[in-house]
Amino acid sequence: MGQEITLPQFRRWLLAYARRIIQEEDYLTELDAAIGDADHGANMRRGMVKVLERLQAPDDNCNDIGSLLRSVAMIMISSVGGAAGPLYGTFFLRAAAVANQHRSVTLPELARMFRTGLEGIQQRGKAVLEDKTMVDAIQPAVEALEAAAEANQSLAVALASARQAAKLGMEHTVELVARKGRASYLGPRSVGFQDPGATSAYYLFETAAETLATPAENGSEQGQKSTSQEPGDP
Amino acid sequence: MIGLVIVSHSHRLAQGVQELADQMSTDDITIVAAGGLMDEHGAFHIGTDAVRIAQAIQEAWSEDGVLILLDMGSAVLSTEVALEMLPPAMRERCRMSNAPLVEGAIVAALEASLGRSLEEVNQAAEAASRLQKIAQE
Repeated sequence: MGQEITLPQFRRWLLAYARRIIQEEDYLTELDAAIGDADHGANMRRGMVKVLERLQAPDDNCNDIGSLLRSVAMIMISSVGGAAGPLYGTFFLRAAAVANQHRSVTLPELARMFRTGLEGIQQRGKAVLEDKTMVDAIQPAVEALEAAAEANQSLAVALASARQAAKLGMEHTVELVARKGRASYLGPRSVGFQDPGATSAYYLFETAAETLATPAENGSEQGQKSTSQEPGDP
Repeated sequence: MIGLVIVSHSHRLAQGVQELADQMSTDDITIVAAGGLMDEHGAFHIGTDAVRIAQAIQEAWSEDGVLILLDMGSAVLSTEVALEMLPPAMRERCRMSNAPLVEGAIVAALEASLGRSLEEVNQAAEAASRLQKIAQE
């Protein structure tokens, strides 16, 4: 209660997310090859390489959480390409609007940022729960975050339960028939495969649980201790 | 005279449609292609880019409005994001057309060069989906 998530923590989260996506490029491509057009890994990687470049630059001109998320949104809408580009872009743009001018946010504010972002994705993509999309990972996570905020739980507990909810939501997509995007053309044949969009969305909450609950070391948050792998050599 | 924007996942497809539509219209109609996704090396990939689409709308801008023709799927999503990025006064004079891309663009270019309004051009372009190409016996 009363814990704040700061701008350096958000930067650390987005760097961790970008690295995770780059690490999992082949896995995302493999999932997308089964029911989509096998481009989700490469598309997301292209965007995330740019996010890393931008956030690791000596001066990224992002002085508040809103402008940080907005810069990530602009990279995603202009370089990811598939439906994921405009959808993640909208998620970050809407979340950015809530965090405008904020250099830190509380758990209820974080929940509201993610809820607003989710609403943007749903407005844009017209997907609802069980359509076998990223919504199946994000919506349960947002609900878990809101419930935790309501119950005055700690940030660490809240983020852990959001991660768990996103994971279950992602795994549940295996059983679902796709109703959006290219996979929807497969109808019942899309059952048995995990949705690639739900998977890349799960990483948002996985990396959030790893980075947003603990304070970032002052100023040197870009030095990421835990992930020593170099993000994709160009 | 309205302006036209051609959005496709493919850079070359958008350019080709623009070329075809240009052929059907007069010089005072601006038709701008916004296809594909450019990487840092200047190479085009399959995909759509909302920032490029927004720029294309500004290039094609006319007070009479801009009609946007697109292929499908995420081209629609990216165009919606592009429209959100524009000033509201501009956004209000832009329409996404439900027309088939190739036939719609040809009809739209022709109708636009006759000085028809945004709504009239869009209606004519959308009607192109019912175009009978092959004479019935």
